[in-house]
Amino acid sequence: MSPLGTERTVVQDKTYFLQVKEHPWLSLISFIIILLVWEFVSRGQWIPPLFLPAPSAILLEGWGMLKTGLIFKHVLASLSRILLGFIMACIVGVAVGILIGFFSIPEAVGNPLIAATFPIPKIAILPLLILWLGIGEPSKVAVIALGVFFPMVINVYTGVKNVDPILIKAALSLGSNRWRIIRKVILPGILPMVLAGMKLGIGIALLLVVAAEMVAADTGIGFMILTAADLMETKKLMVGLITLSFLGIFFNWLFQKLEHFFIPWKH
Amino acid sequence: MRVLIDHISKTYTDRKGGRTETLQDVNFAIEENEFVVVVGPSGCGKTTLLNIIAGLLGPSSGQVIIEGRRLNSKPHTAVVFQDYALFPWRTVLQNIVYGLEEQRLIKSQQLDIAQKYIAMVGLQGFENKYPHQLSGGMKQRVAIARALATDPWLLMMDEPFSALDAQTRILMQYEISRIWEETHKSFLYITHHIQEAVFLGDRVVVMSRRPGKILEIIPIGLPRPRRENLVNDKPYLEYVDLIWNHVKDQAKEALEEKA
Repeated sequence: MSPLGTERTVVQDKTYFLQVKEHPWLSLISFIIILLVWEFVSRGQWIPPLFLPAPSAILLEGWGMLKTGLIFKHVLASLSRILLGFIMACIVGVAVGILIGFFSIPEAVGNPLIAATFPIPKIAILPLLILWLGIGEPSKVAVIALGVFFPMVINVYTGVKNVDPILIKAALSLGSNRWRIIRKVILPGILPMVLAGMKLGIGIALLLVVAAEMVAADTGIGFMILTAADLMETKKLMVGLITLSFLGIFFNWLFQKLEHFFIPWKH
Repeated sequence: MRVLIDHISKTYTDRKGGRTETLQDVNFAIEENEFVVVVGPSGCGKTTLLNIIAGLLGPSSGQVIIEGRRLNSKPHTAVVFQDYALFPWRTVLQNIVYGLEEQRLIKSQQLDIAQKYIAMVGLQGFENKYPHQLSGGMKQRVAIARALATDPWLLMMDEPFSALDAQTRILMQYEISRIWEETHKSFLYITHHIQEAVFLGDRVVVMSRRPGKILEIIPIGLPRPRRENLVNDKPYLEYVDLIWNHVKDQAKEALEEKA
């Protein structure tokens, strides 16, 4: 026997608690249980259905609104506002972001303007926009566009600043001029940041469209929720909330797909 | 064709007005078909010099002049950067044709030229991979093919193999030697690796520490083609020793300064 003795210590894996354990069934089961409890609480009149309608009742209400097409009218109104404002903001945001990111004079002019206007909650600008553009669609689209524009322009600006200068040098040494560098190096280089900006932006657009429709509209999901609340139609209100949840999930999925499609070199 | 590096100096001025002299009166020429290696300790301004020759940085004084004329092309140089500088959103093939797109060649010509250099650097079968799917050695092959494809008057390489492991590095040295023999262009190669300099160069420009100036220009009279057995030859080892003696004191000073 060695003079060190016979004691043996087994080395333990100290990182065991960091390992990610997956509980695929738990997620589903807990979701179902919560729905069941909710159903039970509502049916048992522990909370009056007027305040908390049962999931089944909401589902039925939603089905009815689908059949009459009432829900489509509101969803389409909201979606068209989102889409219009979102697309405008993306185009302008990317253009302005590149401009202030790549050229020093626009940067000097634009940066303080953005820093000063960015902190204003966009919904606070809606009354001013209504004054300027009227109570109709343009003011609502404009407030969404404003809300999406800022995260977009800031993301694009950061993206331009973070394009590896060595890639610009490589392009220059391969014969690109300034404009071709913007098209062939900056644009693809900022694509991941553009998509990240879009993801941020669509969340903000969803928020703003509901807020704007609650202020001044006669269609849209926001309008539907507000009028349902006024008439104590809690089921209808809940259908509105669930629709918003679905929209959010859908946009998330959509942008994930777009990312895979437009940024194949990252996957 | 001849590239004249005519009394180049470079001084950086920082925001506080502090001045750093990086290059001091660097003066030499790269002849047609010549393989020139610049060797020197880290921080001697080698990369600054390369950037100035490539037109990616302005000198404080002096100028770089390309002498001569060719019928079919404007004088242009190409650079292989230390960290590859591949466009991550472009596949191997798309990276290699980048310079050809900028020369406004038609698609079929671009592909013909790209195929030639893909074969030369041994990238067949990798055409549609993205850079992040390649090893360091493979990435540097892409960068070399991309630079060569533009048919430059002078190909410059800035420590191209310093990020590679030792074995890959040696293999790539053989490759570069072979590629130079095949293309017969002027090469300017920057390294801090003395053996590499002797193995590759027709002439070795030995530079001092900051401010970088030329200590010595040593013609390497070793026969070509140079292959791996060269590294055991006595003349090769003598050249290595000669250059080491030039830079030894410089390297020691640099080490002490950091300590």
